[in-house]
Amino acid sequence: MSDGATTGGAASVAPAIELKGISKAFGPVQANKDISIRVMPGTIHGIIGENGAGKSTLMSILYGFYKADAGDIFISGNRTEIPDSQAAIAAGIGMVFQHFKLVENFTVLENVVLGAEDGARLTPSLAKARQLLTELAEEYQLNVDPDATIEELSVGYQQRVEILKALYRKADILILDEPTGVLTPSEADHLFRILKGLRDEGKTIILITHKLREIMDVTDTVSVMRRGEMTATVKTSETNPSELAEMMVGRKVLLRVDKEPAQPKGNVLEVENLSVVDEDGVQRLKNISLNVRAGEIVGIAGVAGNGQSELLEVLGGYRSATGRILLNGEEIDLTGARSDGQTRRARGIAHVPEDRHKEGLILDFFAWENMVFGYHHAPEFQKNPRFMSNAAIKADCEAKMERFDVRPPIPSLAAKNFSGGNQQKIVLAREIERDPDLLLVGQPTRGVDIGAIEFIHQQIVALRDKGKAILLVSVELDEILSLADRIAVMFDGQIMGERLASETNEQELGLLMAGVTQGAA
Amino acid sequence: MDVIPKWADAILIPLISIILAFIISALVILAIGEDPINALQLMVQGTFGNSAGIGFMLFYATNFIFTGLAVAIAFHARLFNIGGEGQAMLGGLGVAFVCLAVPWPHWTIALPFALIGGALFGAGWALIPAWLQAKRGSHIVITTIMFNFIASALLVYLLVEVLKPAGSMDPATPRFPEGAHLPRMSDILGAVGIPFSDAAPVNVSFFIALLACYLFWLLVWRTRLGYEIRAYGQSESAARYAGISPTKIILIAMVISGALAGCMAINNVMAAERLVLNSVEGAGFIGIAVALMGRSHPVGVLLASLLFGFLVQGGAEIDFWTNIPRELIVVVQALVILFTGALDNMVRVPLAKVFLMFRKREA
Repeated sequence: MSDGATTGGAASVAPAIELKGISKAFGPVQANKDISIRVMPGTIHGIIGENGAGKSTLMSILYGFYKADAGDIFISGNRTEIPDSQAAIAAGIGMVFQHFKLVENFTVLENVVLGAEDGARLTPSLAKARQLLTELAEEYQLNVDPDATIEELSVGYQQRVEILKALYRKADILILDEPTGVLTPSEADHLFRILKGLRDEGKTIILITHKLREIMDVTDTVSVMRRGEMTATVKTSETNPSELAEMMVGRKVLLRVDKEPAQPKGNVLEVENLSVVDEDGVQRLKNISLNVRAGEIVGIAGVAGNGQSELLEVLGGYRSATGRILLNGEEIDLTGARSDGQTRRARGIAHVPEDRHKEGLILDFFAWENMVFGYHHAPEFQKNPRFMSNAAIKADCEAKMERFDVRPPIPSLAAKNFSGGNQQKIVLAREIERDPDLLLVGQPTRGVDIGAIEFIHQQIVALRDKGKAILLVSVELDEILSLADRIAVMFDGQIMGERLASETNEQELGLLMAGVTQGAA
Repeated sequence: MDVIPKWADAILIPLISIILAFIISALVILAIGEDPINALQLMVQGTFGNSAGIGFMLFYATNFIFTGLAVAIAFHARLFNIGGEGQAMLGGLGVAFVCLAVPWPHWTIALPFALIGGALFGAGWALIPAWLQAKRGSHIVITTIMFNFIASALLVYLLVEVLKPAGSMDPATPRFPEGAHLPRMSDILGAVGIPFSDAAPVNVSFFIALLACYLFWLLVWRTRLGYEIRAYGQSESAARYAGISPTKIILIAMVISGALAGCMAINNVMAAERLVLNSVEGAGFIGIAVALMGRSHPVGVLLASLLFGFLVQGGAEIDFWTNIPRELIVVVQALVILFTGALDNMVRVPLAKVFLMFRKREA
């Protein structure tokens, strides 16, 4: 096709990537609707949108994982077919996935070369890769020990290996899918410096994210997606976060949580010297002590995998631990027969788990079956000692769905058929409506659209204002800062420090999250 | 929304699978120089042509309902109980002990006790692998298979060395007392004036099997225990979160499973009026196919059991009347199992595409 070259002719340079009229449907769901976008070379182009807006689908089409139903792809002005990822690599596109695709027990060098070896003998390609890695390290601050195995590296470094893999394959266009989800703020800053360096060398970078702040910090141009459509493309310097949020959601949204200062009362939860050693003998929690008072939200900040999940599991009653936990001054059984989740619920601990797909819901169960999950022993849901009263459960579900604005409000729909936000509302409705003394909340807004985030935050604050204690775990620092009254930072199974939310900031928390204590900092 | 509607998932997919299995079976029959149409006619004629054929089909189906439900309840807890065969053998032993222990005055009194005996023995045999799985992490597929062999060896030993009447050459228990003989379908239907052949061994157990289907449905979809079993089967991590004990669910699900398999013995042992070697005749394994095909739902299990009852009875007819070797029936059964169980996706995926096409046209 020749019209590709002429399209670029309007500007002085052809766009690095131009998509024209891309559409893709999965069954009845239109994931991408007639999307057109131009990404200019040597820029960082952000794509922002809520979960399910179609960002990942669009990038998967560009990387050859899906075939578009309609539309054309132009790379540097030339119409290009991308039937598979090999073709994408050949066209100079590199992708850094949210979940890294690295071989854990291979070295950095071996991972970089993997799949791009020249010939049957490994030594020449390894030597070549080592040479390139040295060059790249100097050029972009991309220094990684080439002989370290992946499992020895921190997450931030693993991500650099992914970037190096793409560069080794001569990628001119780099796509990063939610790259900061697993990074501390300082690691994220470092990543952004690397990306800016790559841009200044003429590379084109597409950054997919749902975090407005990252878009504002690092991109040159930003495209907004909503419900499978590209709603706007603007220069980053000419927009602001609230305008972007409005474009993402389609209405005005409150970015800050509206709440009065906390009025904390007596201790509801006291944790003393809690330690956990997991099945592999690794110590996940190291002498944790903390307390949550009635009428306050205590936030646990930290990079994922530093013991927050284990803490929630212990409190929720499905992981054994040593130490002491007191609820309303009474000790909780940590190892015996009454250490299970049923007993915890009966004593007034409700739990919105971090992973609603794996723990909070049974996706193939109906909404009404999920609405009693964990409380299925409660007397009001029984017909007699053995039989559950499905009618009572359905009626209860309907009422809760209405109060939490779950859409669609159909109890007999399987949980998997609800959107992420509505699934989370089902879990929240189930836990909050039990009127617990202590609510454990893990990642309340992960994979939840902005509109629902607002609602979920309001519900959590409302529970606090009723005088309940809330322990909030989130990897989103923004969420912790805006929701919590008091913040404890976890690193490597320990609590590095506690701050009042009103008296701290992202930088300070970021250092604690990286394990830097005041003395060292 | 799911791509394939429920009715298609429950009916259309198994139906297409069966038709495919029959087509390939026909090709095999053609290849050995026989007439597949004739074979099918013989099967249908030999099963539905007279009440004896129907009686045999229902007799086999009764066995498969029990073992099918046994496998199905384990499936709901995501446990693969391959030990139905051994559990049914032990169930036979339990039934034989009960029947021989007491000079039963009437079958209505003997039957409940025989059921309890069969269920207890079957459950006990399933409990050991369940405990090994729950507490020791030994994979239940491996242990239940091994327990089939142990059951088989145990039965041979007991029948040859212990239970065989002195002087008999036949490795079987003595005949059960008169009061433990179950009424046959011919007796039951005869009482209301419907003639039914007394050649077929189908008996009152068939109605017990139907009752078991209903109780199964109640248990799985109406009780709290069933809810917990299904929750555990769908997601172990979610079950832990909800405070459902995996150990408890594994043990209970397997005990129910073993008990159901053991209950089969009221049909094949109590109605045979003595315990013989190899009385289970593979019904434990066919139960797996039945549960797979029936989607672990009692109605599905019932229908699949009838189909397999038909295959076994029709197969016997082919064997009797044609030169098609008996083994070929096993081939046909194997093909049905292969298509309905293992090759499910081969039908499902293209069917999903067809449904998608229709959806799009509507949209």
